[in-house]
Amino acid sequence: MKLRTLVLREIFERKSQLLTSFLAILLGITVIVSIKNITYYSEKAVALEMDSLGANVLVLPKSSTLQDYYAADMQGETIPEEYVTQLAMSDLAGLDNLSPKLSMPVELQGKSFTLTGILPKSEFQAKAAWGGAGIFSRPIGCGASVGMMGSEDKKTLARKRVIETLEDNEVLVGADVAGKLGLKEADKLEVLGKTFSVTAVLPQTGTVDDSRVFAHLHVVQDLSKKGPVINAIEVIGCCQEISKGLVEKVNRLLPDAKVVTITQIADAQIRINRMMSNLSLMFLVIIVFVGGASIANYMYANVFERRREIGTLMALGANSGLVLRIFLLKALILGVAGGIGGYVIGTILAVILGPKLAGVIVLPMPLLAVLAVGISVALALVASYFPARRAARLDPCATFQEV
Amino acid sequence: MLRMENVSKTYRHRGQMVTALNEASAEIPEGDFVSIVGPSGSGKSTLLLMLGGMLSPSHGRVFLEGKSVYDLNLNDRAQLRREKLGFVFQTFNLVPYLSALENVQVPLFLSKTDEKEQKDRAAALLDRVGLGDRLDHKPRELSVGQQQRVALARMLANDPAVILADEPTGNLDPETSQQVIGYLEEFNREGRTIVMVTHDPRAAKRAKRTLRLQSGAITCQGAGEEDCWEPDSAVA
Repeated sequence: MKLRTLVLREIFERKSQLLTSFLAILLGITVIVSIKNITYYSEKAVALEMDSLGANVLVLPKSSTLQDYYAADMQGETIPEEYVTQLAMSDLAGLDNLSPKLSMPVELQGKSFTLTGILPKSEFQAKAAWGGAGIFSRPIGCGASVGMMGSEDKKTLARKRVIETLEDNEVLVGADVAGKLGLKEADKLEVLGKTFSVTAVLPQTGTVDDSRVFAHLHVVQDLSKKGPVINAIEVIGCCQEISKGLVEKVNRLLPDAKVVTITQIADAQIRINRMMSNLSLMFLVIIVFVGGASIANYMYANVFERRREIGTLMALGANSGLVLRIFLLKALILGVAGGIGGYVIGTILAVILGPKLAGVIVLPMPLLAVLAVGISVALALVASYFPARRAARLDPCATFQEV
Repeated sequence: MLRMENVSKTYRHRGQMVTALNEASAEIPEGDFVSIVGPSGSGKSTLLLMLGGMLSPSHGRVFLEGKSVYDLNLNDRAQLRREKLGFVFQTFNLVPYLSALENVQVPLFLSKTDEKEQKDRAAALLDRVGLGDRLDHKPRELSVGQQQRVALARMLANDPAVILADEPTGNLDPETSQQVIGYLEEFNREGRTIVMVTHDPRAAKRAKRTLRLQSGAITCQGAGEEDCWEPDSAVA
């Protein structure tokens, strides 16, 4: 005989009485696990979608307007290139990729295109490393593959808006440029008197980017004779950070610039996140009140029903500490069973319903098991503490016929 | 062995003071077999609870082997019950969800006996009371007589020096009652001190001595053949 035996025997003997409390805690945990699981994969899916849309924050000159998001850098106004360094070396979380741009109109073989200077990531990576701080010392990533992709495929520029390396004599050409000029990779292209090698032809995007020729920012600055300036900085900001006021923080850091975001996309994500988070919180409150009240009620009834048994144990030499442990161990078993059961059922529901409700593939998250068991056990122990204490303080005289 | 000195117990019930025990003094030497008799509400069980260290007196002191029981703290009193006292209840108070063997193991578990030894000793005790073939039976699967025998085996588990029995034959038929009293006599012959509350004159007469309680006061202490059963018996 062990304490465990004593507790388990009692549970199985009176399992029907325990069923309501067990179901309350099981259902509560199931719902929390399901919501959390679906939310996680839903957020991840949206983050991936945001990633595929490219930059979602723009840093522009104060006077510029934002009529065409993709052409925001083509309005002629400029801001100092130093802003890139300031952003890269700041401690702002949620800035995953910076892409400064300087654009100018050019004529190639009698046709009008845009020459856009971009700064490859390797260069401001080095700047930040020299500063010993900044974007590369921050935790990065929105859960999506944004940021430091490390891909050598220069075509990623079309989608990611950031490029790893770009030599002074290299250009990337948009699909329309390549089509109209009959360019392909490794061809030579002369722009404003300088000869470049076409390192990649970018895939069609359906935006003004298709009519661009991308070269190194510093080369374009030299060709435009405008000095170390840029028209815009495109930023891939994390949605969560945007919702926490990233735009305002960047505005404070660069007060002479205008910071804008694709608010509708960020807002949609924020709304989904808030809804899921509120739903999860609501169920947590429900489980705490309903589950907790149910467990406490059951435990009080159980103590009342077992007062003679408790008195007998005390008459046989059990002290109040042991009686307290008997009831708390029972609560612990209830909590662990409810937590594990809730995690398993919740995960199965999330995997089955996730694709139907949120349109995302949901996979089991082992970390949620810890959360589920933690909440369940804590709730069961807290709800059972006072009934258990009452049991421990019971008068053993209840075992006798007459006092 | 057991001694009560001017023990009183009063409590308040619905605004009125009730005296359960009034200046009761008694001495029960080692190896004695005392029956406590008296009408319902006379304080018999109160007296037994006090001797068992489960109900502190309002006044007076209770001694077990020279130690003042109620000067011990709650845990020490629980230890005293584990080591020195064995209880027998009228309704047996077996744990309903445990088998006969497990019920007898309970006191051994409480005294932190090794699990194998618990099982061996519990089986031997059940064998001693004639239930060696009922080890795995739950209380509801046993007759009342068998249940009381399981309770006797449980009471013996920690080899108590003192047995406190609260109407042990109260729920039994005459034949089984005789059997249970026979066991108590046997335990007494082994040197254990027995204090038994009873309403049954035949059971009371099997004890070596009788204490009669009336309205919380000891009105008769009879020894040997002396009969304290009659309500008007004088204090010896």
